[in-house]
Amino acid sequence: MAERRSGAPASTVEPGAAAERDARPVAVRLRRALRPLASLWLLAALLLVWELAARADPSPFLPPFSVVAARFGEDWFAPAPGTLFLSERFLDAVPVSLSRLARGWALAAVLGIAIGVLLGRSRVARALASPVIRFWMSVPGVAVLPIALQFFGVSDAVSVFLIAFGSVWIIATHTADGVAGVDPGWLRTARSLRLPRSALLLRVVLPAAAPSILAGLRVSLGFGLVLMIVAELYATTAGLGHDIARYQQTFRYPEMWSAFLLVALLGIAFNSAVDLVERRVLRWRRRG
Amino acid sequence: MEITIERLAKRYGDRPALDPISARIGQGEFVAVVGPSGCGKSTLLMLLAGLLPAGEGRVLLDDAPVDGPPAGVSVVFQDYARSLFPWLTVRRNLALAAVAERPAKAELEHRIERALRSVGLPDAAARFPWQLSGGQQQRVAIARALVAEPRVLLMDEPFAAVDAQTRADLQDLVLRLREEYGVTIVLVTHDVDESVYLADRVLVLSPAPGRVLRDLVVDLPAPRGQLVTKALPRFAELRAEVFRLVMRPVDGAAP
Repeated sequence: MAERRSGAPASTVEPGAAAERDARPVAVRLRRALRPLASLWLLAALLLVWELAARADPSPFLPPFSVVAARFGEDWFAPAPGTLFLSERFLDAVPVSLSRLARGWALAAVLGIAIGVLLGRSRVARALASPVIRFWMSVPGVAVLPIALQFFGVSDAVSVFLIAFGSVWIIATHTADGVAGVDPGWLRTARSLRLPRSALLLRVVLPAAAPSILAGLRVSLGFGLVLMIVAELYATTAGLGHDIARYQQTFRYPEMWSAFLLVALLGIAFNSAVDLVERRVLRWRRRG
Repeated sequence: MEITIERLAKRYGDRPALDPISARIGQGEFVAVVGPSGCGKSTLLMLLAGLLPAGEGRVLLDDAPVDGPPAGVSVVFQDYARSLFPWLTVRRNLALAAVAERPAKAELEHRIERALRSVGLPDAAARFPWQLSGGQQQRVAIARALVAEPRVLLMDEPFAAVDAQTRADLQDLVLRLREEYGVTIVLVTHDVDESVYLADRVLVLSPAPGRVLRDLVVDLPAPRGQLVTKALPRFAELRAEVFRLVMRPVDGAAP
C-alpha cells in the first residue's frame, strides 16, 4: 500500500487562516459536485437557440423544442402503472427495434471479434484482408438495403442483416488493431511461462486487446443504431424507424421530432452503458 | 539441474551479438553475468531461457538440449510492468505460472501462499499490480517465478528499475530464496558490486560481440550481509578486479 503522511504538518498559523482552510474544502467539494452539469451548458444553450429560432420564424418542419418536449412526454410515457409508465406507442415500437439491434449487433460482435483475432495474429492475413474490408466499409448501409430486401424480403432479417453488416467491419478492425498491438513484453512473458494456446488467447491476448475491442464495440453500437432506423424506413410494419417514416409521410412533424429525441436518448443511454462496462473491465489501465 | 553451455553464439543478420561461449553451471550455484552495455549478456540469458533460438552451439539442461522455454526454468525480467499482467490480481498472475503444469487446486494454493510469504507479501494476493509499488511488483514477479518451483532461476537485470534501497532489499531476498528453494540462479547485471555481493561466480563478458573474459570465483563467506560483506577487504579486491575487466577489457586475461 502507498504510504500516507500521518497527520497535518505542524505550522504556526493565525486562527483566521484556520477558518479559511475549512471553508476551502467546502467550496471545492461544491464545485466538484456541480462539474458534470457544467458540460451541459452548451447543450442548454443550443436548445435555447432552437426554441427562440423556431418561435421567431415558425415553420411546420421545425417545431420549437418546448412543443417537442411536451409531445415527447405524451407519446412515450403514460400514467398507467403496470407498464413501467411507458405508453402503448413506446411498447409497440421500441422493443421491436431494440430486438433487431440486439440481434444484429450481437452477431456483428461475435463475428467481428473472431475475424479480428485471426487478422490480428497474422500480418499476412491483415495485408490480404485489408482492401476487402476497406471496400465493404465504404459501402453505405443504405446502399445495401435494396439488395437485402431482395434477399430477405420484408422481414426482421433485413434489419438484423443491415445492422450486422454495417457493424462487423468496425469491430473487426478495432479488434485486429488491439490484437496486433499487444505489448511484446507480455507476449514474451507468456512464452516464458509456457502458456498453452488457449490460455494465451483468453488470459493474455484478449484482455490486452480489450481497450481496442471495447472501443470498437462502442462505436459500432452507435452505428448500429443508425442502421436500425434506416432499415426500418422502408418495408417494415413496426419499429421506431417505421414510425418516423410514417409521421414524416403524414406531416406529423412534432411526433417525428419527438421520435428523433427518443432515438437520441437511446443512443446516449447505450453509449453510457458501454462506457460503464469499459470502466469496470479496464480498471487496470489506471496504472496508479 | 546442471546447465551446460556449448560454444553458444548468436548473430543478428551479419552482426555477431555473442561470440562462442562455453561454460558449465552446477546445481545450486549462483552465477552473475556482467559486462558493458550491449555486450550480449541479456541475449545470453534469453538463449538460456529458450526465448531466443540459438545461432550456433547449444544449451543443455541436464544433458537435454534447450529448444524453446524448458520446464524447470523460470525467468524474471527487468521491466515488471511488461512482465506482470495488470488485468489479473496477484494471485491470478501467480496461478498462470503453473498453468503449463496443471497441479491440483490445493497444491497450487499452497505454492502461491508460500511464494508470497517468501517474498514478504503475504497479504497481496487479492491486489492488482498497479496497486503496488515498483519494488513490490518486482517481488511479485519473483514470487511468480517461484510458483513453478523451478530448478533454475534466470534473472535479467531484475533490480535495474528500482531505487537503491529497494535494490538492497531485493538482493538479500534473492539470497534468502536461494537458500529456501535451493535453485540455481543466473543473474545478469550491469552493477559490478551487485554481481560480487550476490554470486558464487562472476562471468565477465567483453564488449560486443561478448565472449567470456574471465570466470571469477567469489570466495566471500556466507551468509552475505550488506554491511558486513561489503566492508571486507576481499570484497574490495574482487570488486576492483571485475570493475577493471568490465571497464577496460583490453587488459583482461584470456579465459
